[in-house]
Amino acid sequence: MTAAIEIIGLSRTFEQSGGTMAAPRHVVAVDDVSLSLRAGEALAIVGESGCGKSTLARILLGLLPPSSGSVRIDGRLLATIDRRERARLIQPVFQDPMSSLNPRRRVRDIVALPLIAAGDVGRTERQERVAAILKQVGLGPDIAERFPGQLSGGQRQRVAIARALVLRPRILICDEPTSALDVSVQAQILNLLADLRSAFELTLVFISHNLAVVEHVADAVAVMYLGRIVEHDVADAVFRSPRHPYTKALLASVLTPDPGLGLPDVSLGDDYPDPAHIPSGCRFHTRCPVAIPRCRTEPPARKAVECHLVPA
Amino acid sequence: MTPVLDIADLDVRFPSLHAVRGISLSVAAGETHCLVGESGSGKSLSALAMMGLLPRGARRAATHIRFEDTDIARLSERQMARLRGDRMAMIFQEPMTSLNPAYTVGSQMTEVLRRHRGLRQDAAVERSAAMLTRVGISAASMRLGQFPHQLSGGLRQRVMIAMALLCEPKLLIADEPTTALDVTVQAQILRLLAELQRDLGLAVLLITHDLGVVARVAHRVSVMYAGEIVEQAPVTELFARPTHPYTRGLLASIPIPGKVRRGERLGSIRGTVPHIAPGFVGCAFRDRCDYALPSCAVAAPVRDAAADHMYRCRLDPSWRAAAA
Repeated sequence: MTAAIEIIGLSRTFEQSGGTMAAPRHVVAVDDVSLSLRAGEALAIVGESGCGKSTLARILLGLLPPSSGSVRIDGRLLATIDRRERARLIQPVFQDPMSSLNPRRRVRDIVALPLIAAGDVGRTERQERVAAILKQVGLGPDIAERFPGQLSGGQRQRVAIARALVLRPRILICDEPTSALDVSVQAQILNLLADLRSAFELTLVFISHNLAVVEHVADAVAVMYLGRIVEHDVADAVFRSPRHPYTKALLASVLTPDPGLGLPDVSLGDDYPDPAHIPSGCRFHTRCPVAIPRCRTEPPARKAVECHLVPA
Repeated sequence: MTPVLDIADLDVRFPSLHAVRGISLSVAAGETHCLVGESGSGKSLSALAMMGLLPRGARRAATHIRFEDTDIARLSERQMARLRGDRMAMIFQEPMTSLNPAYTVGSQMTEVLRRHRGLRQDAAVERSAAMLTRVGISAASMRLGQFPHQLSGGLRQRVMIAMALLCEPKLLIADEPTTALDVTVQAQILRLLAELQRDLGLAVLLITHDLGVVARVAHRVSVMYAGEIVEQAPVTELFARPTHPYTRGLLASIPIPGKVRRGERLGSIRGTVPHIAPGFVGCAFRDRCDYALPSCAVAAPVRDAAADHMYRCRLDPSWRAAAA
């Protein structure tokens, strides 16, 4: 069976001019990443800010060309799929709906826009589909007449999800969809995404900095560090027996509401390395609490857990 | 022991919004009091009101805001300015907005010492470097010469903490100090704050939306909703016996690794936070509450769930057993 999404050897580099005085910086945001998703699978990509997860999302959306490597959707090269067809296949949900929704348009127009752009339904059907999708994301008909600025954060994110789903895409790319929301509203949106995923038979890529958030939605988890996937496994394995020291640290950093447990000593230090100067050897060795001398010089083999101390 | 900070009936109003509605709390030396609530609950405005830093158009009232032996609600702006950054200090979520991008770390830190303590430049530099070392920043003298944008988010927050503690304050108000940081860095910064508090005997008022943070650092907790404190208790008591329906809903909404299986639903609270106009009466949570009765539109009585554990709801404490 062909994979719904197949990513092979994907890399993306950026050249940043360093200003008048400094030399230009060569940033490797995504470094030779390979991943594969079955149709209907939900994959979470987790890592700290600057790890390259949003760059990966933008490549999957076709918003950014890769420097090398390829993405295939149902066996077809993403680069060969034209924009209109891509919109029918893949849709995004971003972190901050206030900046991704046009503030001067009413909700009904925002949600109808992808249908108008696709151009294959008449006006009546368009109105029906907008009304139906708003209902499916839990918004009443009165919301359709409002502007984004008149909605709460959770309602705006529901509008963004409705707009993403109105063309009935097969793949949804969610980039930190709940990070700007309050915890009680975050739970509403996570529950909604779980419902919609089965209702629309979606293949889901869910990007987050918070491991705790993704457990509820993900079948598999890929942990990203400085552009590489350092651990990739089914969600249960990652949560029950994380193997990469970075995954362990991320999991230990989740502050569960247990008074008396105190604060974990994650011992990673404050400093996320500069992505323009990726450390030699294992790229995690500068922060790794269990690094051995070999980690400083020799990069770990490309395997499910990229660590010298974890047997293949 | 007299608390370092004792607030009675603090109230903040805007022309069309009653943002903070009579909150009372106190913080003792060496104690961390967490004020927890979601956006729009009025928790940050409460802090700004205590510091006398309210935005234009806001009106403050209070029975008293006692800091040590002084009722600071009665102080002039000039007297408040002398206290702020000296005996009471505040740190914010985004250090980039409170550090001046045009000045080096060193010049911003030494200014505090010259202004409040009248130190000479060389003494101020020495003290600033020592404080940077104290908050876990290596190569302190090099950092003093850097600009804020040259530092990582975690380092900037450490600089903010160092700056706040330069004059050895008695009270530190920290408004979401780790919200903008990555999770691995958040734990380190919270550990630093806890350690400094122990060593310096600081009273800390920590404002956060994150009940995970609250559980790990607080001694006492006030849960704020729509401008009111709806529940207040020592931390172990609050997490063992949350009693207000809002507190219980918030706790159920937190994703905890291993708690909710895939395919099951997370607890959540339906609806959204209401807008509280002046003249609002009754319980502000009633439209989102599964247990609301018509009487909730009239009043939300203050009750005791246990000694030193108050909540604001018509429900008897025994309802917890029925809900569980």
